[in-house]
Formats: sequence, structure tokens, C-alpha cells
Amino acid sequence: MTEWIMRQLPALVILVPFTAAPLAYLLGTKFGRPIALVSALLSQPLAVLLAMRVSREGALRYEVGGWGGPLGIDLVVDGVAAVMVLVTTVVGLFVTVYALGYFGDRERYRFFWPLWLFLWGSLLALFLSGDIFNLYVCLELVSMSAVALVGLTLRREALVAAMRYMLAAILGSLFYLLGVALIYGAFGSVDMQTLREVIRVDTTGQAALALMTVGLVLKTALFPLHFWLPPAHSNAPSPVSAVLSALVIKGSFYILVRLWVDVAQPAAFPGVSTVLGVLGATAIVWGSIQALRQERLKMLVAYSTVAQIGYLFLMFPLVTGGGPAAADAWMGGVFHAASHALAKSAMFLAAGTVLARFGHDRIEGLGGLSRRAPATAMTFGLAGVTMMGLPPSGGFVAKWQMIRASIESGQWWWAVVVVAGGLLAAAYVFKVVGPFFGREPEALDEADLDPGPSPWTMEGAALALALGSLVLGVLGQPLLDLIMVSAPALVTGVTP
Amino acid sequence: MSQTDLYTLAGSALFVIGLYGLMTRPHLLHKVLALNISSAGVFFVLVGIARRVPGTTPDPLPHAMVLTGIVVTVSSTAFALALAKRIFTETGTAALDASDVDVEEDAGD
Repeated sequence: MTEWIMRQLPALVILVPFTAAPLAYLLGTKFGRPIALVSALLSQPLAVLLAMRVSREGALRYEVGGWGGPLGIDLVVDGVAAVMVLVTTVVGLFVTVYALGYFGDRERYRFFWPLWLFLWGSLLALFLSGDIFNLYVCLELVSMSAVALVGLTLRREALVAAMRYMLAAILGSLFYLLGVALIYGAFGSVDMQTLREVIRVDTTGQAALALMTVGLVLKTALFPLHFWLPPAHSNAPSPVSAVLSALVIKGSFYILVRLWVDVAQPAAFPGVSTVLGVLGATAIVWGSIQALRQERLKMLVAYSTVAQIGYLFLMFPLVTGGGPAAADAWMGGVFHAASHALAKSAMFLAAGTVLARFGHDRIEGLGGLSRRAPATAMTFGLAGVTMMGLPPSGGFVAKWQMIRASIESGQWWWAVVVVAGGLLAAAYVFKVVGPFFGREPEALDEADLDPGPSPWTMEGAALALALGSLVLGVLGQPLLDLIMVSAPALVTGVTP
Repeated sequence: MSQTDLYTLAGSALFVIGLYGLMTRPHLLHKVLALNISSAGVFFVLVGIARRVPGTTPDPLPHAMVLTGIVVTVSSTAFALALAKRIFTETGTAALDASDVDVEEDAGD
């Protein structure tokens, strides 16, 4: 039995949420809630076992249904895939616990449970996909369930935001699929391991990579294609906002990284890495300034996501040259994805607690929150530490790796961007946290609306995620080691 | 120019026409249809690629991809239409930005 589970692990992690999703749909809210919780709890040991197996044995390849290539679908689990599965599973558990309190057993939110479980399974399937066509299917599965979740409340703004998000998402997928078609036409394979050896930098190869990159950049909401993100992420119900900002945008980013660092040789396209890096740097500055200008808490957090996405893209210029800088950039980028996932979901969940309790999320009305809702105020502060990249947090480790990579590769200007981004993040975090310790609003009638403390499961789940982002800073070494297991040749310098 | 090239060019042209429609037409129904035209373009390219070596049996794999793509497109189109309809009932306009389309113009829909 144990041996069977170990062998089937890559399929099992995906199957658990995919089995729970239709069950939650068929059985309704009453059973949907416990089903989601059981699925979330069951996923934890599976994700941990998978990570342990990868760190012990190296990359795994699993033939779904035993068909094998080229007609079957192969799942591939290397270090970075295992890390993303682990992050999704941990964030997923706390979001599920939070959502149990947030949505309660209200019938109008009954579709949250099946959609969320579908999204969970689709994300895991995406991270474990070994071929670029299956990645397209997973991208669409992720987008469809995410769009439906954004429109869950059926409020006007939410519906319009969902539509905008959907049009951007479908267009992004089509760009990507056109690139897949060209790659298959020119090189005769969609399997990433095969493509690595046969891909050439000719006109078709360039056109295909360009199309796929544009589509994925649109789906990741990199500046200047971020227009759909702030309305979608801020109008969604808070548990959904948390998942979108923490995990969903990392799905398309993950494909982009695989494509460039693993499959194509980025050194053959020096311009592309620089452009992605410059857009990332612009996103950091632009997103932070926009965050500073917001008056609503969830909008501020959403623009903070626009800024934090920028850091992910600094990985490209830093990794291109190879050598020790590439290894540091690789670890820094993936680590940033992980620590941002924890901190950003904590922030959105805390914002959701505020919204659910006081009926608004205007920052000026949140004075004295540290006395009215100490756990939520603390969650926001701790998650802010990771956003700023102060020690000892996961954000610090990630930024430290990136700064090291900039200096090792002689591109000091990216280090300047990383430091400046930290200062800007401090500005918008203090804009929110500062008033928490100030006076409570007098003229506003918020106090009348306060129905008392939120369920402890909500505040606890958000706080746990914020603490998790700090723990990553102290105990991050095992994760950094896992990121490097079977890393791309460009990063390790070893040709597999 | 080979047959595959012809299909690839025609497919790319369809893709661009759809893209143009998506960007210029404010009405949501137009946008959804524009995306459909774009996806038809992508499928065109895939179908053409199946025959890239003349005189041999066509490669079945791109066909399987097109079939999968059609399933995805049908579902996402149905979902997008339902969403557009709901937006129209809630806001009285079938556009992302209410100022883009006159309410009167839509009243006849």
C-alpha cells in the first residue's frame, strides 16, 4: 500500500482535489464544506511526501495511465515543481479554513467549494505538466475556475471585473496556443524534455517563443499588461483574492520560466531577458506608486501584487549569463514566488476580515485596528515585513539572493531596483499599518457597524500564513535546496 | 509556398482579425465572437501543420490538439456568453465600460 502510494504520488496529489470538486458540487454546501476540508487535509501529507521523494531521488517522470509519449500525458516533478505544489497545498489549506468561516453555510456561495477545488487541482496539474500542450489545457482550466470565482458575488463591479479578466485570460491562452502550434510544426514535439534538445533559434522558433511570451506575460499581469488585475483581485471575495494573487498568477509565470530557462537558450535572445527585466523593474516602481495612491485596502494590496510580480521577472536577465549568478537568481526568483504567496494571501485574508467585520475597507477608517482586531492588525504587519524584504522573512532571503545574483553577474542596476522596491513597499505598508496604532475614527460611524470579533478560524488562518512567510526566512535552507534539485542546466551548469 | 504555409498564413490572418475585433469593438458579444475567430485561426494553423510532410499520412496529434482546443473554446464561449448576459441584466449595457455603448442601442437586443 505504502509503496503503491509512493509510486502514484504525482497523480494522487492532483486526483484528491479533482475528486473532491464534483462531489462538493453534487452534494451542495452542507457537504461541500467538510469535503473541501478533508481534501485540503489529505493533500498535505501527499505534497510533503512528493517533495521528500523528489529531494531524495531527483526529478520524477510519471506516465498517466501508462500510455507514455507522444500520445499519453507525462507528469514531470522536479525541484521547482515540488516547491510550487508544496506552496499551493499549504496556502490552499489555510484559505480553505478561512473560507469556512468567511462564507459560512450561506447557500448563495455554494459554488465556491467546487470551483475552488477545481482551481486547486488545475494549478497542481499545471505545475506537474511535462508538455507544452497539456500546459495550455491546464492554463485554461485555471483561468475558467478563477474567472468564475471572481464573479461569485454577482455584484456589478465583480461581474465586469470577471469579464475583463476572462477576455484577457482567453486572449493570453490563444497567443500561447498559437506558439505551441508553431513549435510542434517546426520541431515535431510538445514534450519539454525533447524540445530542449531539438529547439533551434530560427524564424519559427523566435516567432513561437515571442507569441507564447506575450500570452503568458498578459496572463501574469506584468506591467504594462496588468490592467485587468487590480479590479479582478480587489472585487473578488477575499479568499478568492488571496488565491489569485498568491497562486494563480504564478501558474503562467511558472510556464514562462520553464520555457525560457529550461527549454530555450535565453542567451540566444539577449534582448528578451533585458526587456522582461526592464518591464519587471517598471512594474515594481509603478505598482508601488499606484498602491500608495489607493484609498481602499484591497485595491492597495492588489497593486502591491502588480509590484511584487515585477521581482519575479528580474530573474530573467540575472539567469541568462549562467554561472553562480544564475543559481542565485533561480533560487531567489522561485523563493520570492513562495514567500510572496504566503504573505500576499495573508494580507488579502486580513483585508477580508476587516471588510467582513466593518463593512468597508477604506484605509482612513481603519484607525486603532490594533486594539479592535489585534490578530488581524498583526497579520498585516508581519506580511508587510516580507513585502518590504526585511530580515528575518522569506522576502528578505529572496531579495538577498537576487542582489547577490546582480553583483555576481556585474549587473548592479537590478540590485538598485530591488532595494528601491523594498523602500516603496515600506511606504505603502506603513500607510496601512501606521493608522492601526493611531486613534479610532470618531466622526465615522464604523463603530456602530462592528458586530464584534470575527471567527478565530479566519483570523488564525491569516495569521498562520503571515507567520509562515517569516518562518521561511529563518528555516528557508531546505526549500532552497529543493529548488535546486534537477534544476535546468543553465542554472546548475551541468548538462543533464 | 507549400500547403502548410498557406494554412499557417491564413490562420495567422484570422487570428489577427479576431484580435482587431477584440480591441476595437466595445460590445461584449462582439468581443466574444472576435475571440472565437482568433481561436479558429489557431486551429487552422494546427490542422495545416498535420500535413507538413507532403505525400505522407497526416499526423494525428495536431488533430487531437484541435479537438481538445474546440472543447475548451466551446466551454469558455458558453461561460463568457452567460457572463455577458448577466452583465447586461445587472447594468443595462453589454460593454465593459458603460459609456462605450448607448443603453438605447442595446435596448433592442
